[in-house]
Amino acid sequence: MAKFSPYENNGGTCVAVAGDGYCVVAADTRLSVGYSILTRDHSKICQLADKCILASSGFQGDIKALQKNLAAKELVYEHNHNKKMSCPAMAQLLSNTLYYKRFFPYYTFNVLGGLDSQGKGCVFTYDAVGSYERTGYSAQGTGAKLITPVLDNKLKSPNPLILPARDAVTPLSESEAVDLVKDVFASATERDIYTGDKLEIVVINSSGIHREYIELRKD
Amino acid sequence: MASDTGASYGSTLRYKSVERIKAVGKHSLIGASGEFSDFQEILRYLDELTLSDHMWDDGNSLGPKEIHSYLTRVMYNRRNKFDPLWNSLVLGGVKKGPKGEEKYLGMVSMIGTHFEENHIATGFGNHLAIPILRAEWREDMTFEEAVKLVEKCLLVLLYRDRSSINKFQIAKITTEGATIYPPYSLKTYWGFSHFENPAQGAVGSW
Repeated sequence: MAKFSPYENNGGTCVAVAGDGYCVVAADTRLSVGYSILTRDHSKICQLADKCILASSGFQGDIKALQKNLAAKELVYEHNHNKKMSCPAMAQLLSNTLYYKRFFPYYTFNVLGGLDSQGKGCVFTYDAVGSYERTGYSAQGTGAKLITPVLDNKLKSPNPLILPARDAVTPLSESEAVDLVKDVFASATERDIYTGDKLEIVVINSSGIHREYIELRKD
Repeated sequence: MASDTGASYGSTLRYKSVERIKAVGKHSLIGASGEFSDFQEILRYLDELTLSDHMWDDGNSLGPKEIHSYLTRVMYNRRNKFDPLWNSLVLGGVKKGPKGEEKYLGMVSMIGTHFEENHIATGFGNHLAIPILRAEWREDMTFEEAVKLVEKCLLVLLYRDRSSINKFQIAKITTEGATIYPPYSLKTYWGFSHFENPAQGAVGSW
């Protein structure tokens, strides 16, 4: 007798890369359940504030609830503080929101990307219960294990303990970072059955937000 | 939207004339598979919703997008309480919006997974019907062409899904309103030579 499970993994991969003055957030648009594809055109990306984008993979019911929850809290913040939430502030809020459900977690693997108050790119990476870290780049989701080693090779910054302190964000230009993201997704699509169909890339920089879509393998 | 009119109870075909597609408000249709009593409960929730909406008397009415959003929340919240409504819901409709007639089709599962697509199927339909719809659906189909396409899917399901029966209902929703057509059957063909003498060539003594 099968027991009711409140969770399912709808698959997908999210990646974010921070640069000096820009941030690239990308996610595929495939929604799966088991061995079936439900739809090839479902966005995992949500704009929470001016300079703050959330990409989530995992259980889509929880993703939607989490994104709605955060969007509502951001609105309350705006009403109270008369300004939009900054990316680092949203980062802390996301962590607290996830930990609030520590004993019935949101099955979501999140990557938050945007510009901090100084206009520099920032990426925050999370586990399902809210443990988080600010990094220069991150991948989460079913294709993360395939993508992270490649990003490490291209983007990994030197040990944070050495002196003088070196920047965590990549010295790559915006277009080079976007090309890298396209490449890693093409690679992950080859071997991860849950990643593919279409890639949604969102770039935030000082002039605003720019969205682009590229096709991925549909098998 | 189309469904068969059977409702099983385990391996027993308990009810043979069940209407699994209903109109909701002026702009939407809801179809369900799974636990029929939970579908009836959902129809009660939707009745309350559409009644309150009507009582506002403000010239607005709930469209398919809104109903889909409401149902997603209902299903997700029941899942959160570990007491799910055991259904797969299909929500379709047409409503006049600022950009003209906006058509909508979406699905909600029993744990709150939801999405919007040009073609939706539940249960075995995901495996047998969706491949046909993905290959042959076009944006500019007429109603008659769409019915033919849907009947092609229903026929495949009739042949290959043990729980389906040969009695179907088609429902249509347009800006003029909802029409649920009376039930009818599809013509099936069983005259294959292999079925004439099924034991011929079989290995074994029986």
